[in-house]
Amino acid sequence: MAGKIIIDTERCKGCGLCVVSCPQNSIVISEKSNKNGYFPAQPVPSVVEGTNNTDCTGCAMCAVICPEAIIEVQCDDNIGTPLPNKKLKNGNILAIEPEKKSKADLLSLKGGTG
Amino acid sequence: MNERVLMCGNEALAEASILAGVDAYFGYPITPQNEIPAYMARRMPEEGRVFVQSESELAAINMVFGASATGKRAMTTSSSPGISLMQEGISYLAGAQLPAVIVNVMRGGPGLGNIAPSQADYFQATRGGGHGDYRTITLAPSSVQELADSMSLAFDLADEYRMQVMVLADGILGQMMEPVVLETKPRRKLPPKDWALTGAEGREQNIVRSLWLKEGVLEELNNKLQARYRQIEKDEVLCEQYEVETAEIVVIAYGVAARIVRSAVDKAREEGIKVGWIRPITLWPFPTEQISRAADELRIFLTVEMNCGQMLEDVKLAVAGKAPVLFYGRAGGSIPTVEQVLEKIKQLTTKKSVQWTGKS
Amino acid sequence: MKTVFKRTKTLKDCPTHYCPGCGHGIAHRLIAETIDELGIRGRTIGIAPVGCAVLAYDYLDVDMIEVAHGRAPAVATGIKRTNPDMIIFSYQGDGDLASIGAAEILHAAHRGEQITVIFINNAVYGMTSGQMAPTTLLGQITTTTPLGREADSHGHPLQVSELLAVLPGAIYIERCSLHNAAQVRKTKKVIRHAFELQVAGAKGLSLVEVLSPCPAGWRMTPTEAVKWVENEMTKAFPLGRLKG
Repeated sequence: MAGKIIIDTERCKGCGLCVVSCPQNSIVISEKSNKNGYFPAQPVPSVVEGTNNTDCTGCAMCAVICPEAIIEVQCDDNIGTPLPNKKLKNGNILAIEPEKKSKADLLSLKGGTG
Repeated sequence: MNERVLMCGNEALAEASILAGVDAYFGYPITPQNEIPAYMARRMPEEGRVFVQSESELAAINMVFGASATGKRAMTTSSSPGISLMQEGISYLAGAQLPAVIVNVMRGGPGLGNIAPSQADYFQATRGGGHGDYRTITLAPSSVQELADSMSLAFDLADEYRMQVMVLADGILGQMMEPVVLETKPRRKLPPKDWALTGAEGREQNIVRSLWLKEGVLEELNNKLQARYRQIEKDEVLCEQYEVETAEIVVIAYGVAARIVRSAVDKAREEGIKVGWIRPITLWPFPTEQISRAADELRIFLTVEMNCGQMLEDVKLAVAGKAPVLFYGRAGGSIPTVEQVLEKIKQLTTKKSVQWTGKS
Repeated sequence: MKTVFKRTKTLKDCPTHYCPGCGHGIAHRLIAETIDELGIRGRTIGIAPVGCAVLAYDYLDVDMIEVAHGRAPAVATGIKRTNPDMIIFSYQGDGDLASIGAAEILHAAHRGEQITVIFINNAVYGMTSGQMAPTTLLGQITTTTPLGREADSHGHPLQVSELLAVLPGAIYIERCSLHNAAQVRKTKKVIRHAFELQVAGAKGLSLVEVLSPCPAGWRMTPTEAVKWVENEMTKAFPLGRLKG
């Protein structure tokens, strides 16, 4: 997806507010504690093969609610521009033609193992 | 102003403060110093300075705290019960090392007391009614002229040492009218206020605080303050004395009581009694050395105060057991008369009361 | 990838002493962002209270002063009157502002002091570990109301914003909350407006009441705490603009 968050896990106090704020359920509490003994938040591992992205849309709700201000949010430069041919873990393909503007063309799902 | 004018003490100190460059006056009404906020309310805006009648003395001292933190000369005035309310603020000023000038026009106490003049706030002023290890420079003028002159000294001392200066007047000094010359006095050489909150443009933030939680830091601050107090004790004592070298009895008094004592001593001298006086002008730092030296010769000390015996303790400390220290005073706003003080001096000349038993 | 959210300059990059899930961190950030957006760091003076935020000067990189409990509006008066071109804000908790400081905030608002007051309402005395505050809710258990706040002996929760809105000298009063990201964004707008008014020289006092979670003081988890703000506190302290 279009967004990415960077959490300073050593500064995180594990309050969990980002976890409940994320509309994509893309943040979880780590099972490993940090040096201060807190269990920090971390981005959910990617659902898209071959990328480091999560379902993160770059909405920044997590950063807005974070009391420690230790979440940095990044977003693809071409946000709003459809991304071509993403292969999803469940086998579907997000196939998008950047030139085409019509909504029907924005997304076509192909089933099976691709 | 340079001409001699007839003014009451309250107004004279107010005008003198303006001439000393006070930027802001914050105060609350209380007798017997109401002439001061009234005078300031009219004059401060005329000079483009700040006047606020605060909602309480508690608020007034905190307004002083704020203005002083930005590097301005700020003052407040009140009378005994109002000064009680300011003790928290004075302690905070001391801890944050902020210059401030506070005038106490003393009245009878404790509690609501009365509106008559008194000197019963000596302990409060010099021992600090607020919490913590701090001292307050305390000036004790005894005439309207001296009261006016105290103001520029007070502001300079406050700025030079980052200290709080209490000017102790009383109901008489505040109300009485005497001829006074008011003029702008040259300032001492003063350090720059680079600690002040002026906006962190182009520099690191300045923080004015008195909370220091880390181990040892508050102790360090206290030691620094104590070193400053020792310096002030060395350099800033002011006191006056009269005929002490030839005296067998030395009377110690300050403020209005000193004027009564002066008259009584003059009368006693006329009757051949060998008596002199010492008049502390700074109550803190106290003229310990001067009194201690006087106690080296065989003398009797009499402290005369308008209270139940407060400066008496500092005199005893200074005399350090070398001589008897006796007390005469009137409390609750009553004023000793010249005759009463003279009578007490005469009592001391009889052999019986002079016998030194180690007690006073 | 471009950065769409990062820490603002005036919010110092250091760990805070605040509890996990405490609202202070969020409020501090909103103030810092406002100061940076308005470009006023060089002429702002902040006043730190007595309470958990006593060390706010360690987190906000502007000239700051720490004052006695409740006295911030009086100190702000002294500062603003002698420095009218500076932007002065006080940051106070509910004990500081509504209990011991009740007279000071009343009179600063009454006089119309041109300052911005950020009032953090978390319905409890946090720093001293959880006593009743003037804004504690009825039935709320605290260390000094072990059986819950009772109207008969403790009075009702104090609605500061409503009280002050009556005064002509108070020109902008709004109550907002930190209980979810959307509310935090709204709170940011409110805080920004309160500062903008002072920058524009508006003649009067602005007060922003911020409902804030105190997980430690309420003996809740952070997520439980924000739910409690949303479901319980907003009943006693309705959100919205009361003045201005």
